[in-house]
Amino acid sequence: MSRLLQWLDERLPVTATYKRHVGQYPAPKNFNFWYLFGALSLLVLVNQLLTGIWLTMSYVPTVEGAFASIEYIMRDVQYGWLLRYMHSTGASAFFFVIYLHMFRSLLYGSYQKPRELLWVFGMVIFLVLMTEAFMGYLLPWGQMSYWGAQVIISLFGAIPVIGDDLALWVRGDYVVSGATLNRFFALHAIALPLILVVLVFLHLIALHEVGSNNPDGIEIKKYKDEDGWPLDGIPFHPYYTVKDLVGIAGFLLVFCYLIFFMPQGGGLLLEGANFEAADPLKTPDHITPVWYFTPFYAMLRAIPDKLGGMVVMAMAVGMLFVVPWLDRCKVKSVRYRSWWHKLNLLQFACCFIALGVIGLMQETMLLKVIARILTLGYFGFFVALWFYSKREPTKPVPERVTFR
Amino acid sequence: MRRLLTLLLLLPGLALSADGIPPLPTDLGNADLPAMQRGFAAFQHYCAGCHSTHYQRYNQVATDLQLSEAQLQSSIVTDAKPFELMENAMSKQEAVRWFGMAPPDLTLVARVRGEAWLYRFLHGFYHDPKRPFGVNNLQYPYVAMPHVLQDLQGLAEPIYKTETVDGRSRQKVVGVGAAQGGQLSAEAYDRLVRDLVSYLAYTAEPMKQQRQHIGLWVMAFLLLFLFLAWMLKKEYWKDVH
Amino acid sequence: MSDAATDNGRRRFLAITTAAVGGAGVAAASIPFIKSWNPTLRVKAAGLPVEVNISKLEPGQMIRVEWRGKPIWVVRRTQEMLQDLGLHNDKLRDPLSLEPQQPAYATNTTRSIKPDVFIAVGICTHLGCSPVYQRDGFSGQMEGIAAGFLCPCHGSGFDMAGRVFQGQPAPLNLVIPPHRYLDDERVIIGVDEEIG
Repeated sequence: MSRLLQWLDERLPVTATYKRHVGQYPAPKNFNFWYLFGALSLLVLVNQLLTGIWLTMSYVPTVEGAFASIEYIMRDVQYGWLLRYMHSTGASAFFFVIYLHMFRSLLYGSYQKPRELLWVFGMVIFLVLMTEAFMGYLLPWGQMSYWGAQVIISLFGAIPVIGDDLALWVRGDYVVSGATLNRFFALHAIALPLILVVLVFLHLIALHEVGSNNPDGIEIKKYKDEDGWPLDGIPFHPYYTVKDLVGIAGFLLVFCYLIFFMPQGGGLLLEGANFEAADPLKTPDHITPVWYFTPFYAMLRAIPDKLGGMVVMAMAVGMLFVVPWLDRCKVKSVRYRSWWHKLNLLQFACCFIALGVIGLMQETMLLKVIARILTLGYFGFFVALWFYSKREPTKPVPERVTFR
Repeated sequence: MRRLLTLLLLLPGLALSADGIPPLPTDLGNADLPAMQRGFAAFQHYCAGCHSTHYQRYNQVATDLQLSEAQLQSSIVTDAKPFELMENAMSKQEAVRWFGMAPPDLTLVARVRGEAWLYRFLHGFYHDPKRPFGVNNLQYPYVAMPHVLQDLQGLAEPIYKTETVDGRSRQKVVGVGAAQGGQLSAEAYDRLVRDLVSYLAYTAEPMKQQRQHIGLWVMAFLLLFLFLAWMLKKEYWKDVH
Repeated sequence: MSDAATDNGRRRFLAITTAAVGGAGVAAASIPFIKSWNPTLRVKAAGLPVEVNISKLEPGQMIRVEWRGKPIWVVRRTQEMLQDLGLHNDKLRDPLSLEPQQPAYATNTTRSIKPDVFIAVGICTHLGCSPVYQRDGFSGQMEGIAAGFLCPCHGSGFDMAGRVFQGQPAPLNLVIPPHRYLDDERVIIGVDEEIG
């Protein structure tokens, strides 16, 4: 065995790579609960890739066959229902862990220098993931699939001058049709997963280049022992592999409970109206996107202008990209920052969640007004951050990480 | 108040809610095998002529509901073979000529509409001479289908309420009265409706029982794994100070 | 970082147990992925027995039906063909059908239940092409033999009982599927006994 390894090592950096990224990767010893979601999103990604590959084996990407092939998977293929529920629940789980993972970065300033590129990679992953989810949602060819895609693609029509031509080009038809279904399938099953895997790879390499941040927001590389090992670092393996294992077990308990006992998730994981085959002549009575898009959808609905709504929705994601440069404070972690920052983060999270809830509800005049206020709160986060972070009164940051 | 509720629960027969439809049975959707079997037979007899359930196969139903060969054969209304998908006998063109639209496939209707909706729909027909088939529905106004179970349930008259909109008063249907002239008693008709809903709930997700059965084992396994992983983590993290 | 009081035995035990239980979990999780490759209900439905009516089948004529996605030949052999069957045993690999390529009730000189009606899986035993029925003109391939089946892929020849000739790539006689006569006119292919 060791001779085989030696043979390999002379030709491929197996041991060196393992040591650099796992066995001797120094991780700060004060990671808390929030640091589980990176590992969990990797787990969900693997779940989506595997179940996705297996679903394509029985899925038929045609207007005539798509809806029936899903039911074929659910009924005729052995354990097809399980693969399908794993994939549909996995989509929601992906966004759940990614949102928490992103919020972790906001809490502890993980986007600040020198981790700006790491954050930008993460944001690109988020964008690709949203596209991936949107295109995947068309594939069952149910009523929600169809009309959701119709609405979102029509948004392109709001772009001045080229809008209508662009929407036509994306659809390949005057309405969402078989041409759209085929290209979305190709992108969802092949192109975007490839891009996603490459981006995740880059995200991890960038992380290991600069080193992990931690809840205290200080660089553990500052104090090293005589061997060059950070004093506050512990090897990723075994300490964080066993810790992540606990997190994975806990996550799987919830995830599998949903799969086996509430696969529709009260309409949040699988929408009732999507069990009806797409009918281009009839829009369902209540049409809402899946929960992970509803915060942005609520903003879209709140703006009384087609182009304006689209711009606001795009900005809502776009603003996140520039957070590393909006935050001008030198202190990273929320633990040592001002009350201003704590309140700002809190109101941002509340606005985002509340917008998500409103996006799921039937629109009323009152909700529209509330949604507008919440949208202001959402964007206010970024504006306020830029202003107060320059001369923010902060607490003294400790030299070494706090542990227990 | 509590005493009043108890009294209501103890009342014999069916207590009716304000709109004349029986309140939802609490065990709707948790039906037993005989109910689903009766529901299947009733569905094939009364519904399958017009409505397909063509994502489901006859022999799958027979296996899941433990039907005998004879029971299955007598329930097949077309010349289909037992392993085939459950299509209906009527062509789409004929359907459009008779009803103005093709009757929808009902395999997944319980997932689309929900069991409560189905229960109320089947209890919701009332007399309306202005409609092509002389009936309308409280749960699904202007429904395009006749009341197929009218011979069994009888026909209910609507309950009107006069309301004023923009200074003009209008009559609005707010409920259904007691059905008259049916072959079945109110209790027997309610049982039929429950059976149909049970069967439709089954056929919308035939793997539900298997899913929950496997789920229990998965949960038990994950709890064990969580415990072991937790012990392992505690053991290793003794090193970290 | 390391601790003198580390209990290595306990640590090893927990690590091995967790790895074993986790491994069992991964193995169990792979079951749906593996089982989903089994034939589905639709495939099984397509593989159910097929019924063929042979009342209109003329002597010398062949019809093809599909069973489990494979071509099944039903040929009514002429008297001439039947007489020829016994004449070329020396040129065949397995003239007496000793290899189990047919059900017991078709292990006879005509390899069939009814002497004139020949039912076989039309798949060459070499590499799976479907041989061509040559009603006359087979003697061009096999001297002195009027009719037979010739595989277009690698030239294997079979006689009118599906028996393979010597000196050709195909190793075995053609497969006779299980079948049963419901009455004089109807034969069911895919089952040999009464279904329960």
